[in-house]
Amino acid sequence: MTGYIIKRLIAMAVTLWFIITLTFFLMHSIPGSPFNEERNTSEAVQRNLEKFYHLDEPLYVQYGMYLKSVVTFDFGPSIKKSSQTVNEMLGRGFPVSFELGIVTLIVAVFSGIALGIIAALRHNGFIDYLAMTIAVLGISVPNFVLATLLIQQLAVNLAILPVATWSSPKHMILPTLALATGPMAIIARLTRSSMLEVLTQDYIKTAKAKGLSPVKIVFKHALRNALLPVVTVLGSLAASILTGTFVIEKIFAIPGMGKYFVESINTRDYPVIMGTTVFYSSILIIMLFLVDIAYGILDPRIKLHKKEAS
Amino acid sequence: MELRKQHDNRNLAPDIPDDWFVPMAKDQDAAEAVVRPSLSYWQDAWRRLLKNKLAMAGLFFLIALAFMSIFGPMISPHSVSEQSLTNQNLPPSSKYWFGTDELGRDVFARTWYGARISLFVGIVAAMIDFAIGVIYGGIAGYKGGRTDNAMMRVVEILYGLPYLLVVILISVVMGPGLFTIIFALSVTGWVGMARIVRGQVLQIKNYEFVLASKTFGTKTSRIIKKNLLPNTMGPIIVQMTLTVPSAIFAEAFLSFLGLGIQPPFASWGSMANDGLSTILSGHWWRLFFPAFFISLTMFSFNVLGDGLQDALDPKLRR
Repeated sequence: MTGYIIKRLIAMAVTLWFIITLTFFLMHSIPGSPFNEERNTSEAVQRNLEKFYHLDEPLYVQYGMYLKSVVTFDFGPSIKKSSQTVNEMLGRGFPVSFELGIVTLIVAVFSGIALGIIAALRHNGFIDYLAMTIAVLGISVPNFVLATLLIQQLAVNLAILPVATWSSPKHMILPTLALATGPMAIIARLTRSSMLEVLTQDYIKTAKAKGLSPVKIVFKHALRNALLPVVTVLGSLAASILTGTFVIEKIFAIPGMGKYFVESINTRDYPVIMGTTVFYSSILIIMLFLVDIAYGILDPRIKLHKKEAS
Repeated sequence: MELRKQHDNRNLAPDIPDDWFVPMAKDQDAAEAVVRPSLSYWQDAWRRLLKNKLAMAGLFFLIALAFMSIFGPMISPHSVSEQSLTNQNLPPSSKYWFGTDELGRDVFARTWYGARISLFVGIVAAMIDFAIGVIYGGIAGYKGGRTDNAMMRVVEILYGLPYLLVVILISVVMGPGLFTIIFALSVTGWVGMARIVRGQVLQIKNYEFVLASKTFGTKTSRIIKKNLLPNTMGPIIVQMTLTVPSAIFAEAFLSFLGLGIQPPFASWGSMANDGLSTILSGHWWRLFFPAFFISLTMFSFNVLGDGLQDALDPKLRR
């Protein structure tokens, strides 16, 4: 197990280094400097600006400095919003995005599993079809469309929920709903199919024969095994929720990290783009790592220290 | 055999009169006859797919959609970029079937034009993924050992990359456009396909028929082409039907962030983005039509993919 974890940690570091390098060289392959604007700056000012942001150094020096700054978690100042550093932006945006992400993940996991269980227990019945229709719709409808529909119906037409911003629990309902539906649908489908498989196993029959209550059979015996596939997708689901926050934060005017990211793309604020990308990527990579470890702990049949069977 | 045995033991079943035991006529013995016509793998898969109503509905929608994306802009009396400033934001009517946008452009024509772009992006991205993924995964799986190890390290790194972030980064650097989107989607997209092909090839290359082929001195390229790939086609096709909607979704997502198709051209994503800002003024048709068709396409590909997965899985054969 320890050996596996060390191996994974090294792989994570390599992936992260790859992302940092990719981001850095992509950003620097763009012709012109970020200060070439319509706004006329004298040559001296231009040179001073470039000196301040170390843009006059050779590329490998800049690369080295960037690597160092990433390791020390200091992403430097924003180019477009002077007086602000990328760290400040991340510090302000991350708690909000984190809150949105976590609430969404919890809602998606619990409602998805519940929907999946109900559908599996009523296999081929009306409720099963209803649940799976909801699930397929949830996968098919892009979250920005869902968000707009929710705003229009619930916030504008019926006026029961606030339209935008992020100040009270009531404000959280619509964004969470819009963001959670897709992942919920994926979880529901997975839970249903693995639940159906598990319910035909012999040990479930044994449990039934022992006269256990259906509730106990489902929650104590079936669900434990049925949930393993769900754990495997949690990592990629977290990724989709994370990228989903860009759009949702834009639509609902939520002051999270996604908003800064989208803004920085539109204004080509390179330090912010690089900083947020590296930050997002590290979160994602850590998530994937944690999911793998959790999977190994949950499923005793998988032995992480052994060489991966193909 | 069975008959003789019963005959000998007839006194064990005294309730049954002796004259009930008659020899069976020869041609009545149907047990050994072939019950169903022999079907090839693909015929059988197709037969099972035909039974799946939802998947067939998806296939039908997709064919209709492809048809409309070719002929839709021709049917419409208005062109894609034709502006008519006196006809701004008109609701759907007999003149403008899907209404107009803020420049008086016909939403009907733009919707089908957007279908072209979206389907094009999805299908081309899936084909590139297919080409790279099959070659890469095929070589890694077939060679095995060191080569496989080294090749899969690369895949592992790419697999850990957050897909949409990379796509966004590349779009920022290369500037928005159709080519950029397809390029950005292919950079990381082939990895999933490569993993699937490798896994399949690793398994199949140890089967006897491949060994037989090898003993005849068949060239490696021919073994991969003729023996291995046809047997991995099932999972590959399923993966492709799932790649197309995710590419379409990514295009819509990028266009929604303003990194996608630029005006005057339209894609569903960019139309939805434009429509979003006007939804509060009641111009519902501007968001509804592109959003509806994105959803319908995603839905169709998803159910078709599910159907194919069931149909192409030999374990589910009845």
